[in-house]
Amino acid sequence: MHTIRIIPCLDVNNGRVVKGVNFVDLVDAGDPVEVATAYDSAGADEVVFLDITASSDGRATAVELARAVAEKLFIPYTVGGGIRTVDDFKNILREGADKVAVNSAAIRRPLLISEAAEKFGSQCVVVAIDARRCLEGYKVPDEDITPDNDTVRVGESGGKWTIFLNGGRIDTGIDAVEWAKKAESLGAGEILLTSMDRDGTKSGFDNELTRAVADSVNIPVIASGGAGTMEHFADAVSEGHADAVLAASLFHFKELEISKVKEYMKRRGIEVRL
Amino acid sequence: MIAIIDYDAGNIRSVEKALIHLGAECRLTRDISEIERADKIVLPGVGAFGDAMGRLNQYGLTDAIRTAVDKGTPFLGICLGMQVIFDESEESPGVKGLSLLPGKVVRFTGKDGLKVPQIGWNSLDIMKGSRLLNSVDDGAFVYFVHSYYVDATDKDDVVATTGYGETADVVVAHNNIFGCQFHPEKSSSIGLKILKNFTDM
Repeated sequence: MHTIRIIPCLDVNNGRVVKGVNFVDLVDAGDPVEVATAYDSAGADEVVFLDITASSDGRATAVELARAVAEKLFIPYTVGGGIRTVDDFKNILREGADKVAVNSAAIRRPLLISEAAEKFGSQCVVVAIDARRCLEGYKVPDEDITPDNDTVRVGESGGKWTIFLNGGRIDTGIDAVEWAKKAESLGAGEILLTSMDRDGTKSGFDNELTRAVADSVNIPVIASGGAGTMEHFADAVSEGHADAVLAASLFHFKELEISKVKEYMKRRGIEVRL
Repeated sequence: MIAIIDYDAGNIRSVEKALIHLGAECRLTRDISEIERADKIVLPGVGAFGDAMGRLNQYGLTDAIRTAVDKGTPFLGICLGMQVIFDESEESPGVKGLSLLPGKVVRFTGKDGLKVPQIGWNSLDIMKGSRLLNSVDDGAFVYFVHSYYVDATDKDDVVATTGYGETADVVVAHNNIFGCQFHPEKSSSIGLKILKNFTDM
């Protein structure tokens, strides 16, 4: 039977895994290849690497990372972080990565999604979305910061979540569900959906957000942001309709073991690879 | 030496790296004499059936593969590389496959609300023993990325199937000809075991 995936996410800075809360107080947490292979042994179904190296010419650090990982990791992996061009996709995929995650660059120029999908296939194009629940009295930003994007703004759609650029710093006013649908129509193979409200809180995934997106598209949705307990993982699937569930710090700090999470999900009737 | 056929198919580096990890001597090549002399042949593949056959023909590799297979060289087709060993595919009507084994390649219908392509881990239903699946248990999980699957004409050639709305033939074996629809190079320890079984032949 087809299974729900559990995906640990690693933040990589200058070739080293870093741990921190909200990108501050980063501490060195080892070699990405070693950490990832340990996750493979622990039962991870895939691994996501997010290259957060600040200045990276042509994403050279991400390409290096993809190459080093390919020699030792024999489960699928995604590389993301600062991806801007079709060449970035090519260089990373060529080294053995299975998928490339793109976020801000796709919002600024949605055609990047279709160009990458046509060239390399939809299966390797992951569109990462940082979404936040609109506060009451939310006003669509006056400045049109995404001139190439004709996606519906929250004000027009009556939606509940907007998407953010640049690691969550700039609110685009674009409706998260509408953007996910557009990404799918352009050829995205998967959506990596992070709830900014829940990220780092350990209070559970925003299952309403996950479900709103997952029920609107026909491509897999990875729920991210908010994992704190085993129940949260199962709820992301049963209530959020997620196809995969991602967590970072929870696994890094060994607060939960992947195998235990999977055993619990299995008991809840969710098919997992054990 | 294992020849990994290089015909511009995507992601062949992963197959190469997995084989190197297993200590196998291997080489990415499209050199006809090298392929005909190889101890074993791996045909990887990501992409479309028609493009793949077009390139195999363009590089003169279809005859090289047939020559090697005819003289008994163990051959493993992976993913699209398994599909092209059959006769034809719904993906590219009118394009002839290698026809090393009889059968056709059809598209998942996506029934029961299943998403197409199938991307992810699914379990093997093992039909019969094969050298390729030595020490691999029934129900073992492997990693798939595909929209089309093989429907072999001679079910005696089918070693394992997988259920995804339809029943897909995902491991085939016939004398020295082997194919797997999933990616052994991305299927963790089970996948490496299967590749090792092949390199040990």
